[in-house]
Amino acid sequence: MNLLTAPAPVGVPRSGKGLALGIWRFVAMALVLVMSLAVTQVAVAQADPDREMTTAAPGITADQWRQVRSGETGPNYRDSRHDSNYSLINASGETWRHIRNRWVSPFGLIAIGATVALITLFYLIVGRKHLEAPRTGRLIPRWSLMMRALHWTVATLFLTLALTGLNLLFGKFVFRTLFGDAVWAWMIAASKLLHNYMGPIFGVLLVIMLASLIKENIPKWHDWVWLKKGGGMIGKKHVDAGFANGGEKAWYWILASVGLMVVASGFVLDFPNFDQSRDTMQWANVIHAVGALGITAISLGHIYIGTLGTEGALEAMTTGYVDETWAKEHHNLWYDEVKDQAIPEEELAARKASNAGASATRTS
Amino acid sequence: MAQMKFMCDAERCIECNGCVTACKNANEVPWGIQRRRVVTLNDGEASEMSISVACMHCDDAPCMAVCPTDCFHKTDDGIVLHDKDLCIGCGYCLYACPFGAPQFPQTSAFGERGKMDKCTFCAGGPAESKEEEYEKYGANRIAEGKLPLCAEMCSTKALLAGDAQDVADIFRQRVVQRGHKDGAWSNNPQASTDHLAYDAAQKG
Repeated sequence: MNLLTAPAPVGVPRSGKGLALGIWRFVAMALVLVMSLAVTQVAVAQADPDREMTTAAPGITADQWRQVRSGETGPNYRDSRHDSNYSLINASGETWRHIRNRWVSPFGLIAIGATVALITLFYLIVGRKHLEAPRTGRLIPRWSLMMRALHWTVATLFLTLALTGLNLLFGKFVFRTLFGDAVWAWMIAASKLLHNYMGPIFGVLLVIMLASLIKENIPKWHDWVWLKKGGGMIGKKHVDAGFANGGEKAWYWILASVGLMVVASGFVLDFPNFDQSRDTMQWANVIHAVGALGITAISLGHIYIGTLGTEGALEAMTTGYVDETWAKEHHNLWYDEVKDQAIPEEELAARKASNAGASATRTS
Repeated sequence: MAQMKFMCDAERCIECNGCVTACKNANEVPWGIQRRRVVTLNDGEASEMSISVACMHCDDAPCMAVCPTDCFHKTDDGIVLHDKDLCIGCGYCLYACPFGAPQFPQTSAFGERGKMDKCTFCAGGPAESKEEEYEKYGANRIAEGKLPLCAEMCSTKALLAGDAQDVADIFRQRVVQRGHKDGAWSNNPQASTDHLAYDAAQKG
């Protein structure tokens, strides 16, 4: 029984014939109201909870939590945040965290550390590769001023990006405790800014450099032989090489594949204003970190061979010229093509001096 | 020590967005930032459910684990706070957070992120003065002995905030009263042992 089925009050006159009647009607109505309230409460107390549950609106079911966990949104998903494209719970965040913190970060450090150790060992055991024959004093042009400028710009940017990137990944374990918050805040903020602003410039210049060197880096059969023989780095084996040897070509194609992947994923991370999702940026970050750590490790080899490791290699990239002997020993096939271009050292110096003199008179 | 936690009772949330508004008002958050959001699943269907989410102040917080500047810290009350002087806006906390709590004001070119902003459990953050703290992080109601405003203002008391034990006790009591066999954490294989309170209520 409830209010609707409660018996209608009896004995109340149909129309008011004075104040007294009005009061009686009011009292009777109030009585009915109070009585029906009491009846309703009894009804609730006597309700069978199991029967009520079958008619009540369903509670939150396991299916709904499963829906939340899976990140499913569906057409009737609403979010009060104006720009939100986020699901309620983003389980992939934890996956990304584990990939980054448990695998990429420690193994990246191991890869770089192991490369440093290997190079040091190699240097201590095998040592620098000297020219076998004495220098002839006749120089061959190898790198144009344009290429050298491009190389050193890309190299400087690469080192900047590598160092700031390593700081972003590992810096907090070292420098925060070492220097304190004030210096650390400045250091890490500068790292992020440099990394984000130099990155795109590096990307563009890398593409230009790769494009201008592609002709010299098309793989040939003798490059495979070069790689199999380890480039003759150990001992006095003779290996054929054109303008670029097998190792240089390998480095070129690593940059052209992994390097460009790092650049592309970097752009995804650097410009978050294209509505790319969190999941996209997580994967971009993993690709970026793995690729960049790998290239940083390999770059150490390139830097070693180009400076300490090989006599006469660095002067090619600084002066632009190499000695005939160096060309013959390291790039014999290329030497055969260009040996008629060799100029005696004194003549080159004189030519340079007269050029400098000419430009000096021009400017004065 | 207390372990501060939020909990939203999805069976009570009516998607009024009062918590969202209360939060914005209490903390004067930057334009475009909404520390708390209300998500509705299956809107308009029989299985509709709403839930209010913000930073959940995780025990093992993923944001803390991935931050390159190490700008996060956990207070003695288990509240996860961050230092805006150290934050560089890299966005890693956003990638890692399961709840989409970290947000970044985007005021410069190329969508570059500003300093991260997130729910502080109304506990402010590291700063020299009270004014600076309010400016950077919003209210510090915890210091005044008050709970977060979102939960305090929740009209249906769906959103609960406080020590984890107290919040759990309140919720357990609700579950018992609702009479759902596994109403609290559905499909929990341990439901039978977890809901001794329910069994006791049934027998008593």
